[in-house]
Amino acid sequence: MKFIVVGGGLAGLMATIKIAEKGENVDLISFVHVKRSHSVCAQGGINGAVNTKGEGDSPWNHFDDTLLGGDYLANQPPVLGMCEAAPGIIYLMDRMGVPFTRTPEGNLDFRRFGGTLVHRTAFSGSTTGQQLLYALDEQVRYWETQGKVNKFEDWDYLSAVIDDNGVCRGCIAQDMKTMEIRSFQGDAVILCTGGLGAVYGKTTNSIINTGSPASSAYQQGVYYANPEMIQIHPTCIGGDDKLRLISEGVRGDGGRLWTYKDGKPWFFMEEWYPAYGNLVSRDVASRGIFKVCRELGLGLDGGDSVYLDVTHLEPDWIEKRQHGVLEIYRKFAGEEPTKVPMKVFPAMHYSMGGMWVDYNQMTNIPGLFAAGECEYQYHGANRLGANSLISCLYAGTVVGDKVMEYCKGLKKTSSDVSSKVFDAEMARQKAGMDKILKFNGPENPYVLKDEMNNYMSTYVGVVRTTKQLQDTDKKLLELMERYKKLGVYDTGGWSNRTAIFIRHLWNMFELARGIVGGSLLRKESRGAHYMPEYPNRDDENWLKTTKAKWTPSGPQFSLEDVDISLVKPRVRRYDVTKDQVIKEAAEKEAASSKEGAK
Amino acid sequence: MSDVILKIKRQDGPNSRPYWEEFKVPVAPKANVISLLLEIQRNPVNLQGKPTTPVIWDCNCLEEVCGACSMVINGVARQACAALVDTLSKPIVLQPLSKFPLVRDLMVDRQKMFENLKKIKAWVPIDGTYYMGPGPKVAPSVQDERYLISCCMTCGCCMEACPYVNPKSNYMGPTCMAQVKLFNAHPTGAMYKDERLDAIAGDGGIADCGNAQNCERVCPKEIPLVSIIAELNRETAFRGFNRWLKGKPKGPGLAAPG
Repeated sequence: MKFIVVGGGLAGLMATIKIAEKGENVDLISFVHVKRSHSVCAQGGINGAVNTKGEGDSPWNHFDDTLLGGDYLANQPPVLGMCEAAPGIIYLMDRMGVPFTRTPEGNLDFRRFGGTLVHRTAFSGSTTGQQLLYALDEQVRYWETQGKVNKFEDWDYLSAVIDDNGVCRGCIAQDMKTMEIRSFQGDAVILCTGGLGAVYGKTTNSIINTGSPASSAYQQGVYYANPEMIQIHPTCIGGDDKLRLISEGVRGDGGRLWTYKDGKPWFFMEEWYPAYGNLVSRDVASRGIFKVCRELGLGLDGGDSVYLDVTHLEPDWIEKRQHGVLEIYRKFAGEEPTKVPMKVFPAMHYSMGGMWVDYNQMTNIPGLFAAGECEYQYHGANRLGANSLISCLYAGTVVGDKVMEYCKGLKKTSSDVSSKVFDAEMARQKAGMDKILKFNGPENPYVLKDEMNNYMSTYVGVVRTTKQLQDTDKKLLELMERYKKLGVYDTGGWSNRTAIFIRHLWNMFELARGIVGGSLLRKESRGAHYMPEYPNRDDENWLKTTKAKWTPSGPQFSLEDVDISLVKPRVRRYDVTKDQVIKEAAEKEAASSKEGAK
Repeated sequence: MSDVILKIKRQDGPNSRPYWEEFKVPVAPKANVISLLLEIQRNPVNLQGKPTTPVIWDCNCLEEVCGACSMVINGVARQACAALVDTLSKPIVLQPLSKFPLVRDLMVDRQKMFENLKKIKAWVPIDGTYYMGPGPKVAPSVQDERYLISCCMTCGCCMEACPYVNPKSNYMGPTCMAQVKLFNAHPTGAMYKDERLDAIAGDGGIADCGNAQNCERVCPKEIPLVSIIAELNRETAFRGFNRWLKGKPKGPGLAAPG
């Protein structure tokens, strides 16, 4: 059996380790050296209900919080699987030597995070993603020395090789140094290719997160699910090249959001949401800041920022727990956050939507799997903070096992497939690159991206309107027309990053149209998708997954029921506790049944 | 918006001749060196007004945590993302790291650093990924010490600054030494402490360090490389002495898990 993993972030590396330890060989293809993957940017922590603080936490409670946080758009059984596995996965990472922050006794410490009332988030200072990624990178390096893993770093994934029966048998990738395009044989191809921040431009994402492989799969027939669900993180800081995240963990450790009202500090989140305070789910926090700044005009200096304040906390204590984040603020904002409150604003951060997969992490193309941010499975309409790391690691373990089962059931392996199938797809990709290298028009690809970014960031963010979404779609079509008049500027055959970028640019356009199309389709407000025209959640009509199918003329959508077999969706409130909501609902039901009896 | 002059050492490929090219680039507020390079992508025209190719460089996270964008900026190896234009003397001079094979322009191939990590067995050996409960307890003080080293991004700045990393030497470099300490300080990792010490006792190991102390000065993560190397020096010496007394120990060593 031969396995291909594409992407070396948490999901990809975990999948690689799972396959290697079963004695099988993996070709690991990554756009960057795996140690530099975007998982490295995750700051605050990883969720798992280990319950070490006497709060009565449980995997079921984690599951319930995650569903509520996602406004019930996630299929429930896989989410339960993740939450049940989470404590074990944290222990596994602990065994690999992740320098998790410790309690005085030497145990793992846990901090609070958004959308929950308990300490459920294990952390390693404020660079948890970096530390988890490095631990997996080290394990994979060990497997490399054992000859089980063959890395292809600085390679760009181009497409899946799909045979006449519609089964994925490998992939095509390009060496970004030599520009060689070649095919890889694999009985299962696992895409762990991360998010799509570059579609929005200035975001907290790494510059490499173009979503290109997911878009390529989408254009080859994989459904793209819930594309409209884009997370806007409430607390980010500016920069000319990108925006930078200030971890939710800062609020988990006691940081407070405020602005001036009538000349006095106003802790608006604490006033609006007494139960959860500054630690509501991210969509709610971003809408809160948006309301303060855009509707009430109370942003700092009349702009879009509010304060995130840690100056009341003991400086040495917060420094120890948040050194990485505070350093980012010092370096890029140039102020001392333990003395002056940080100025923050909401920015695009994460895609809940992604490639549609079944409970075995397989897309609708047999043999093509997906795990991590590039798929849609675990977060519904909004992701809870510190759930991304656990979802990547969990999906990586699931897919590592499931590809093995899938391959055992295959009647014919990739080596039985005619080389013509591989050659045909390789020829298609080579032709695509040749075409790009001949572009000699007046348009600049980076300028076209900027124009897309402006529209996406301005109109497909916290608040969306039909008119603005339609305008954005029109703009995208215009850009796709202008793409034909691009100039490549660089026709070299060695490390030609411009040509590679142009290929990604088209793929970003296709994803952007999916995001806008899904947003126009969903006529309700749920999680990260908020439209004042349809201000309420509408379970009757829209408790559905939107599935985009690619066509040359744009995305075609269908709807799929959400699996709510485990928990009945409740009203989503963060001003009171969950127990209170459940109690009130029960009382209401009792009263109405009494009424009925009369 | 003011303009700044950028002087960039360029090279089309490993076997091409290097050349200098200058650019005049508008500077936005809070711009860093990356923003300037992004601006050249949008308008690839040099100071003489001649169209040219966009400059090639490595970068990912842009928040100094991935280690990709190391280059020599005004003579010092550092991360381009954390180099704010306001704080730099002008004109700004950019060069690729010189201690690694050049790929193109400001992009180099740092693979040898990752290969070195294999030589020193830079991992905590585990029996497998299956459930075996929590890891060993770790004292907060040990965790603090390990955490600092574990923030190393393999960016290569210390390699660039170190005079003992050069074409005539096999020295694995300061960061590699620090990684030995990272794994030897972990309760499980410590079970194989001697193997890592042996790995840096030989060719390319700790004896190649001549204590110039440049590494610590350029480390963007402020890892105390000098004191770590001094400590490892003592440990390898002690280990060498012990081996001489007892003879080479026999055992299965750092074997495959499972």
